[in-house]
Amino acid sequence: MKKGFSKVLLSLFALVFLLMGVTAAQAAVTLNMYYPVAVGGPITKVIDDMIADFEKANPDIKVKAVYAGNYDDTRVKALAALKANQPVQLSVLFSIDVFELIDQGVIVPFDEFATSAEDKKWLASFYPALMENSKAKGKIWGIPFQRSTIVMYHNKDAFKEVGLDPNKPPTTWKDMVAVAQKLTKKDASGNVTRWGLHIPSTGYAYWMFQALCIQNGEALMNLDGNRTYFDKPAVVDAMQFWRDLAVKHKVMPEGTIDWGTLRQKFLEGATAMMWHTTGNLTAVRDGAKFDFGVSMLPASKRLGSPTGGGNFYIFKSTSAEERKAALKLIKFMTEPELTAKWSIATGYTATRADAYETDVLKKYVAEFPAAAVARDQFKYAIAEFATHENARNKKFLDDAIQSVLTGGKSAKDALKGAQGQAERVLKAYR
Amino acid sequence: MKLQRQIAGPVYAWLLLLPAAILMVAFTHYPIVRGVIASFFSTGREGHPAKFIGLENYSSMIADPVFWQVLQNNAIYALGVIPISVSLALFMAVCVNGRLPGRGIVRAAYFTPTILPMIAVANIWLFFYTPQIGLLDQICGLFNIPSHNWLGDTRTALGCMMVLAVWKDAGFFMIFFLAALQGIPPELEEAALIEGTGRWYYFRRVTLPLLMPTMLFVLVNATINSFKLVDHIFILTKGGPDNASSLLLYYIYEVAFGFWDTAYASTLTVVLLVILCLAAIAQFRYMEKRVHYQ
Amino acid sequence: MINRGSDWMQKVEVLAAWLLAFLWAAPLLYAIWAAFHPMDFISRFVLTAPLTLDNFRNAWKVAPFARYFFNTFVLVSITLVGQFILCTMAAYAFAHFEFPGKEITFLLVLVQIMIMPDVLIVQNYKTISSLRLVDTILGIGLPYMASAFGIFLLRQAFKQVPKELVEAARVEGAGWLSVLWKVYIPLAKPTYVAYGLVSVSYHWNNFLWPVIITNSTETRPLTVGLSIFGAPESGVNFSVISAGTLLAVSPLLIAFLLFQRQFVQSFMRSGIK
Repeated sequence: MKKGFSKVLLSLFALVFLLMGVTAAQAAVTLNMYYPVAVGGPITKVIDDMIADFEKANPDIKVKAVYAGNYDDTRVKALAALKANQPVQLSVLFSIDVFELIDQGVIVPFDEFATSAEDKKWLASFYPALMENSKAKGKIWGIPFQRSTIVMYHNKDAFKEVGLDPNKPPTTWKDMVAVAQKLTKKDASGNVTRWGLHIPSTGYAYWMFQALCIQNGEALMNLDGNRTYFDKPAVVDAMQFWRDLAVKHKVMPEGTIDWGTLRQKFLEGATAMMWHTTGNLTAVRDGAKFDFGVSMLPASKRLGSPTGGGNFYIFKSTSAEERKAALKLIKFMTEPELTAKWSIATGYTATRADAYETDVLKKYVAEFPAAAVARDQFKYAIAEFATHENARNKKFLDDAIQSVLTGGKSAKDALKGAQGQAERVLKAYR
Repeated sequence: MKLQRQIAGPVYAWLLLLPAAILMVAFTHYPIVRGVIASFFSTGREGHPAKFIGLENYSSMIADPVFWQVLQNNAIYALGVIPISVSLALFMAVCVNGRLPGRGIVRAAYFTPTILPMIAVANIWLFFYTPQIGLLDQICGLFNIPSHNWLGDTRTALGCMMVLAVWKDAGFFMIFFLAALQGIPPELEEAALIEGTGRWYYFRRVTLPLLMPTMLFVLVNATINSFKLVDHIFILTKGGPDNASSLLLYYIYEVAFGFWDTAYASTLTVVLLVILCLAAIAQFRYMEKRVHYQ
Repeated sequence: MINRGSDWMQKVEVLAAWLLAFLWAAPLLYAIWAAFHPMDFISRFVLTAPLTLDNFRNAWKVAPFARYFFNTFVLVSITLVGQFILCTMAAYAFAHFEFPGKEITFLLVLVQIMIMPDVLIVQNYKTISSLRLVDTILGIGLPYMASAFGIFLLRQAFKQVPKELVEAARVEGAGWLSVLWKVYIPLAKPTYVAYGLVSVSYHWNNFLWPVIITNSTETRPLTVGLSIFGAPESGVNFSVISAGTLLAVSPLLIAFLLFQRQFVQSFMRSGIK
């Protein structure tokens, strides 16, 4: 009797374990994700819709996406959460945070688990220009999601007003200065009512500066992220050019130009041309009461712009199962159809060539050619500024740029100082 | 029985005190001590644990131009905002205390900025300060003053912050002065009236001295605020251009949560604590000589 | 009233006071204008401009204000409850009992008036992190629950309770807890109200510490929500931000305008030494 009883008990245990095993396999994997997408009604809805579609197709994965502010805010939040051992599996973070994230030991390279032949093909399907900011130590750490380049927006009505061809925006620095001077309008007492050009210098001053430098032939850092070139002659010249726009050519106001309010100023006609992220395209299109055009940035020695935007990163503190789920999510969000939808809703570029072959994007580009400008600029694009201890070095550069634009230091002194500071920090990484 | 009472009393007292004491030590006294200790170590990183480096953080700090800029900014900021906001508050209190037509509305107008979160009003002021299309430049345009890059000019950025701080705090201090003014016995005024005393003389010789305790309270609060309130920097300038509008606590935030350099942030915090202590001592000493309690 | 000087002087003063009041109210009035009109009119004051609620609709859609309201409400409530309990007990200890080390302890309490938890963000973050309270509403409020200001005010209030009442209660056999509950607390009610209003306003508007501690929508209070709402990567839409801002400040603002007298009295009372 006892033997029979223990047999029943044993089989009961076995059953329970079996059931647990089965339910464990069915149990949902929850993915927590931070993202920095610019706020704006339809856009958060696009993300929500994409996630809802993903969850429908993958009932065993739940995704919780948290909007955390701009790129800097999101980085702070994600790192803080990781340090506090909160569950975060993946995030969309600034592409240039890659070295910082590696140094903090929080991310894992895709090469480690995206190993099948199909995976490799997928990794290779993204624009090479965008992948430059994903690579470090020979591995791939980030997948492009919301990427951009800087483009030049111009007010076609203003062009017509001063007798310029609205469909021929300037393509060289010299042209740009000449055009901007024509566009600058003054009132009777000599106060400027409309500037010719605005290049923002708060928020992401170094990004704009990178564009000027590459147009002058110089990159600001090496791809290993441990050396900067702030004081090369061509870089100093680019800085001087930026300063001259305000002081010598008088097409831009002196001092720093605020990033956040620039789009509004353009829409109100306070400036006729502006350099800004292509991520603003849809917002400008929706808000403009005038005809406007978008073009590649002008060249000095060559054409060029840094890429910008956010990549998907997967964190180290994830289980194998979570990684599989996260990879699924990322693949889903970067499918050609979806990245196309994303591009249309925001103005960010689609991240892979085959996205531009989809019907929806082909049609969109046909009726709104401005949407393809950023992509066309990929040919000339370079990696965005990324180094070890990036936040610090970015600040050295931003401060230097702002000190020149506000007349505090000369271009040469400011950049030499910043180079010295960056050297001290980066020495340890070589 | 009495002995029991004698022991029981203090025991009860400590039991009552304990919960508050634990929290206060945990979040005020302990962090102070730990912060000071941390300032003598390096920041730990993945693979490099924190190690004792003596005064190295302090020498880096002294060599850091941003530190000196931020310190200078905070000094100017405090020395500007405190006297102006306190004087305005006093003026407001006197106005609202008297027979001003529309007193209620005026008082509400003065006090409203205080109950609004700084982060909210900063957004509004960002637009005010926007060149050309912003309100301030539009008003300037009416008087034919040229448009100015208020937040983008190193000479005016800090000033803009100060204006915002005065606007926010003056109404708050006004309330305390109002309370004190209403506590002054009316007989004093009547006596002065009978003797034919001039208004200004009365204010200087009677009202002000009686306000001293409140003045002390307000000054202490104003000082703490000028080091503690940095919310507006997040929205308006993020410390720029070129750190022209950055304050010490904001720099601490940048270093701690932007660069993740907690050791250096602790070092900067020590400086902040020293400043606050000195300010407290100075004010109490100075006021002790002049306070006249009723 | 005192000899007020010439009539002319008086008029100038009234004018000055009114002008100052207008300047002080201007930013808020402007935000109201911007929030209720479409974006084209943010810098043009055309009186016949069309009114619209679109900005509010957009703001509400774009950020989960309802959730932020809820979080803020929970935050100020639990903070206040914690403060009432802890500060009452501590103030009672200081006001009613004699014990060794009383003076020094009180001095240590006063330290917190000058050096608030907000200033010690680096170390406090580490502490909250090790308590696993990061990204929780409790984590935001905990450092503030033992409030030196509260202890100070309540101690003051308790000290003013006439000794006869306490004695009378004791004679009737009340223990020290009953004395607190039946005598001290009821008599200190105005101070509780005053402190409550000050605390609620302070924590409703607090930003730096909450922004460091919270990471997600479930815990974010209004102030943090507003800051990320107004700082997107591509640029700000000022009308929507004004609308969002008004949404966030309206409860406190309406409460203030309705209960102006009480608000002012409370703040006044809390400053009296």
